[in-house]
Amino acid sequence: MTTHSADFADIPGTVLFDAQQSRKGYGLNQFCMSLMKPANRERFKADEAAYLAEWPMSDEQRQAVRDRDMNRCLALGGNVYFLVKIAATDGISVQQMVGRMTGMSEADYRDMMLRGGRPIEGNRYQHEWSQRSGA
Amino acid sequence: MAHVSASIYTSHVPAIGAALDHGRAAEPYWAPVFAGYEASRAWLRENPPDVVVLVFNDHATAFGPDLVPTFAIGTGASYAPADEGWGARPVPVVQGHPELAAHIAQSVIQDDFDLTLVNRMDVDHGLTVPLSLLFGQPSADDFHWPCPVIPLAVNVVQYPVPSGRRCLALGRAIRKAVESYGEDLNVQVWGTGGMSHQLQGPRAGLINPVFDHAFMDMLTTVPEAAAAIPHVDYVREAGSEGIELVMWLVARGAMPERADGRAPTCVHRFYHVPASNTAVGHLVLTP
Repeated sequence: MTTHSADFADIPGTVLFDAQQSRKGYGLNQFCMSLMKPANRERFKADEAAYLAEWPMSDEQRQAVRDRDMNRCLALGGNVYFLVKIAATDGISVQQMVGRMTGMSEADYRDMMLRGGRPIEGNRYQHEWSQRSGA
Repeated sequence: MAHVSASIYTSHVPAIGAALDHGRAAEPYWAPVFAGYEASRAWLRENPPDVVVLVFNDHATAFGPDLVPTFAIGTGASYAPADEGWGARPVPVVQGHPELAAHIAQSVIQDDFDLTLVNRMDVDHGLTVPLSLLFGQPSADDFHWPCPVIPLAVNVVQYPVPSGRRCLALGRAIRKAVESYGEDLNVQVWGTGGMSHQLQGPRAGLINPVFDHAFMDMLTTVPEAAAAIPHVDYVREAGSEGIELVMWLVARGAMPERADGRAPTCVHRFYHVPASNTAVGHLVLTP
């Protein structure tokens, strides 16, 4: 029953948000939560760089937010339930935000979901992905 | 004495709330989702609970990077719908049941479940979308939910998250607490979240109907087997956010066992793909 973060390492395309990641992403996730207040959303939209400078984040984290590179944000300690506040501020849906993380076009991702989603076959283990890419 | 009369299970996708709030429920994309809950809404009108204990997860709304309680029970008088970044859902304030909540806290903490007690928290889609799905949207001239709700928040966002076995056992402790409450109350316990979905990275959009159906079968007939599923199996098979399904085990544990040892009655079962990024699953079980 006991599971550790390392047990999850062979699941492809998945970052486990654990206490270490949470510590790394503390300032980034704090910034995201601040966007639950309309006045903060307006200030962020008016001047992203100035608003991000107010939070204890690394420059790398700030740049990832400005690039809207959500996969980078995840790697730097973000978590989707925090990051989705950025999508809300930008006025895009959760599906649009999540779809962009896959590298698919919005239409292709939506169509994949309508056809029943990404299948589990071939998507359980890292080695299934590395074989596919010939690595 | 109070008793648990039913357990209800449902996904709590935020886009479902948005579809209802923006009048899009009749659109071809959404109509099949809401049709899947019609029978349950009718059943709930015939079998209205006095109180719902609603097991949900906070999505970085009330509990941020500062504080992550593993299990938290709302002992407050009311809970406001949260602004998750889009503005608050236009749904009623959720009224609590502080007396029963305090009794449950007293009982289960003495049973060694160290709950966090919460007097103030805004509640996000994890709690309000199930209310909308199962009670329908309250009309403007009668703007309240039909009964008090005790929020029970489970951390499934930041690891380590509680095991399935612990969730099932907590449910059993909640049942014992309810059954020792002096007032005659009809209590339902709702477990929310899931089913398969992954909201991150290049594997996003993962859906696994075989896992989802097997989980609903196991949960109904052999909950101990469902409780033994390790976290890594949820994440691998049902996607990173599929871990939310451990919350269904709290509700299942709260169900009284039948004297004849048979599985509970399944009043309604529904499964649909997709709602946004997620597989929607729904069960109504009675003892």
